[in-house]
Amino acid sequence: MLQVRDLGVAFGAVQPLAGVSFGIDKGETLGIVGESGSGKSLTAMSVMGLLPLIGGRITDGSMQFDGQDLTRLAEKDYRKLRGGRIGLITQNPMTSLDPLQKIGPQVDAVAVLHLGMTGAQARARTVEILGTLRIPEPALICDRYPHQMSGGMKQRIVIAMALAADPDLLIADEPTTALDVTVQAQIIRLLDDLVKQRNLALILITHDMSVVAQTCDKVVVMYAGRAIEQGPVGAIFDAPQHPYTQALIGCIPRGLADGDRIEGIPGTVPTVMNYPKGCPFHPRCDRAQPTCETVEPVLTPRGDGAVACHFPGAAP
Amino acid sequence: MLARYTFQRILMTIPVSIAISIVIFMIVRLLPGDPIDNLIRVGSSPAARAELVAKYGLDRSLIAQYFTWVSQMFRGDFGDAIVLRRPVADLIAQNLPYSLTLGGLAFLFSSVFGMILGTVSAMTRNPFVERFVRGFILLGSTVPGFWLALLLILLFSVQLGWFPVSGARGWDSLVLPVMTIGFGGIALVARVTRVALMDAGREDFVTLLHAKGLSRGTILRRHLLPHAMLPVVTILALRIGWILGGAVTVEFVFGRPGLGSLLIRALGQRDYPVVQGCLLMLALAVMLGTLIGDVAQAAMDPRIREAKS
Amino acid sequence: MTTRTMAARSFDAFARMSVGRAFGSTVGKIAGGFIVLLVLTAIFAPWIAPFDYAAQNLANGNTPPAWPHLLGTDEFGRDVLSRVIYGARTSLSVSGTAIAISMTVGMTLGAAAGNFGGFFERAVMTVVDLTWSFPDILIALIFVAIIGPGLTSTTFAIAIAYLAQFTRLTRAQIVRLKRETFIEATINLGAKPAHILLRHLMPNAIAPVIVVGMLAIGDGIVLEATLGFFGLGAQPPTPSWGAMMSSGTAQLFLSPWVIIFPGIVVAVTVIAVNLFGDELIRALDIRDRLRGA
Repeated sequence: MLQVRDLGVAFGAVQPLAGVSFGIDKGETLGIVGESGSGKSLTAMSVMGLLPLIGGRITDGSMQFDGQDLTRLAEKDYRKLRGGRIGLITQNPMTSLDPLQKIGPQVDAVAVLHLGMTGAQARARTVEILGTLRIPEPALICDRYPHQMSGGMKQRIVIAMALAADPDLLIADEPTTALDVTVQAQIIRLLDDLVKQRNLALILITHDMSVVAQTCDKVVVMYAGRAIEQGPVGAIFDAPQHPYTQALIGCIPRGLADGDRIEGIPGTVPTVMNYPKGCPFHPRCDRAQPTCETVEPVLTPRGDGAVACHFPGAAP
Repeated sequence: MLARYTFQRILMTIPVSIAISIVIFMIVRLLPGDPIDNLIRVGSSPAARAELVAKYGLDRSLIAQYFTWVSQMFRGDFGDAIVLRRPVADLIAQNLPYSLTLGGLAFLFSSVFGMILGTVSAMTRNPFVERFVRGFILLGSTVPGFWLALLLILLFSVQLGWFPVSGARGWDSLVLPVMTIGFGGIALVARVTRVALMDAGREDFVTLLHAKGLSRGTILRRHLLPHAMLPVVTILALRIGWILGGAVTVEFVFGRPGLGSLLIRALGQRDYPVVQGCLLMLALAVMLGTLIGDVAQAAMDPRIREAKS
Repeated sequence: MTTRTMAARSFDAFARMSVGRAFGSTVGKIAGGFIVLLVLTAIFAPWIAPFDYAAQNLANGNTPPAWPHLLGTDEFGRDVLSRVIYGARTSLSVSGTAIAISMTVGMTLGAAAGNFGGFFERAVMTVVDLTWSFPDILIALIFVAIIGPGLTSTTFAIAIAYLAQFTRLTRAQIVRLKRETFIEATINLGAKPAHILLRHLMPNAIAPVIVVGMLAIGDGIVLEATLGFFGLGAQPPTPSWGAMMSSGTAQLFLSPWVIIFPGIVVAVTVIAVNLFGDELIRALDIRDRLRGA
């Protein structure tokens, strides 16, 4: 349904994103994973066409959505898609809702705009959706203000807004990062159920590899604005090929005994200003060779997935 | 909830009013010399002086004097003007309507045009419009009011003869004074509106609004403007005092009757009963303005209504 | 290292860094240049002014701008240009002194209020909030009413009119800084309150106050001119921009230049001060700190 090819994004003279490609179909969950600053959120904003809002623009590539190239879409047509066929769930529920408006109208607006419903019809639909998201007493909630709700509730309301117009594609940008751990699990399970019930396509952006392992069908691993490995979740987790992916999986605390050390990855993520030449991961890679410093690896198919590395393969 | 907030707010004005009244009361007592000389004509008969001493309780303690003064005020007696020899309350009643008209019109003028200008400058993508508005705002905030008044008189009254130079007869005499005050007022409102809109536009929830597919116009109308109104209303309410100040100067330059010119003349003539009366009125206006501003803010922002405790 | 040396050093670094950067932009150069020019004119007035500002020449009254009276003459035949030049002295010295006093007292009050808190803070802030919503012209008028007209009373009137602003700003800074973790750390290390106040809080709080002070000098100049216009400021024959425009009003039809030129100078001065102040704010990147006031 959505096919992204060679996406490149620039902000002025800086190029935070380059050569990103992936595809997703109905009923699939695609995980985009990486550390902060790897370009995950930018990818989401690009698909939504919201880059101009933050001062960016698409420089290369195409995004095919149901036969249309989103990179060439006129703004007013894009608006019909946004909220209508593509829904966005943002990262920080505490600040995602308009504090001056009641909950009800904020969700109603989506159905009114995209489904042409009247106020009453939209409200009925809102109450229904809030109910399916397991929000207690949805009719009463509609008359409350955002600051009266907890973080978990607010995030469900954001999800309701994304679902109200029955979209085909949902993009969830780190939907649980700002929430408590217990609530995180609930929200993830909620999203999972939605995908199964409505046969949605879900792009789940996260920095948490364990979430990806549990819920996603496919995964794209990003580093420094590039996709460095991608493929079916099973294959990637069983046999990761890129040293970064291997390190990420290695970081997941699993079955630790007392006294065991938690693994980390030495070094820090490079900022957009100084992406290293050649392979962006080479300063932190224990496999790096002189080639890695000068030649940038291209994403090449390998097994069931694809890797961008000069020396892919199991860890030595 | 809003009613409770309003009630609490009104209660809060009581101690403030008392404090202000004490300050104004003390002005006359702080002046060098015998307070009686500041309340009555020099060279009055001993009988008249004695009468005043009895009336204001000048032979009693300061606290007693204060209470006498306050109780007289509540009965509508603000004392008598020294120079004009009329009850101050009469003078105020006579001049108040002029000040209210001028102040009210100037306030409306500044608010409406200021908000329009501020919105245009925040939302426009045209760099010239933006720079023009910013220059206008700069000029409006810095040019001395009385100089602008004189310039306007020079241009429109003397050279072009469109409007009368001074006085308060007819609607056309209001145009130049309102424009003078308005110039500064528009600049202030426009600047606050512009900043408020730009700040609102940077808030997180705006991203989600766009993601819902709402158009720029809808987002502006339904979401950004209500947010921007908060600081604008706050500033407007607080700066009612500022607009009053502009009115004072302008009334003087244009020779219009009003509380402002009354006050300045009284200051020059050392007619302290009038000074006290005018200051009280102006202080009242400022406090009222602040109160209305606070209540309006609470009406617009549900978070404020509930935070009160 | 003594507190005085530390304060002096931090101020020095601050001054050099910020002023240097503010002069970097074109706007900064022009505005700052004008201010410097004005200050120099005020200092060297006796050497720059072509005529004696008080010299009357009734036969030559009300002449329009022409050589040798480049800005014309007023009703008494006095050279407008010279009076404007000397007026700069009056305006700058009155405004500068007033704001200096206002800043010192305001900072002390604000710092004390913010630092000690409690009843003292609430009392001070209630009084300050009261005066803050009053227009500066009104406060000045009240003060002049009590003391009487003249340069000294104008200076004090201006100082009192802006006192509230500095108190609020300083207190807001102190309150903001007290919450910072590094202060908590200093307290935990056993520092005494006075030491914390002088060594840590004040140097960080100073920057916005100084910039606001600069902007206030601009407002002070307008206030001084307004008071002068009402005849309540500098008394004749001391030249003052406001008083010049006041006496010029009577001759509005005959010799408008007497009003126009001093007004232009006031307007341009205040604009320059505001523009330079804005550049300073940008150079120091403290726009967010100014929201407290």
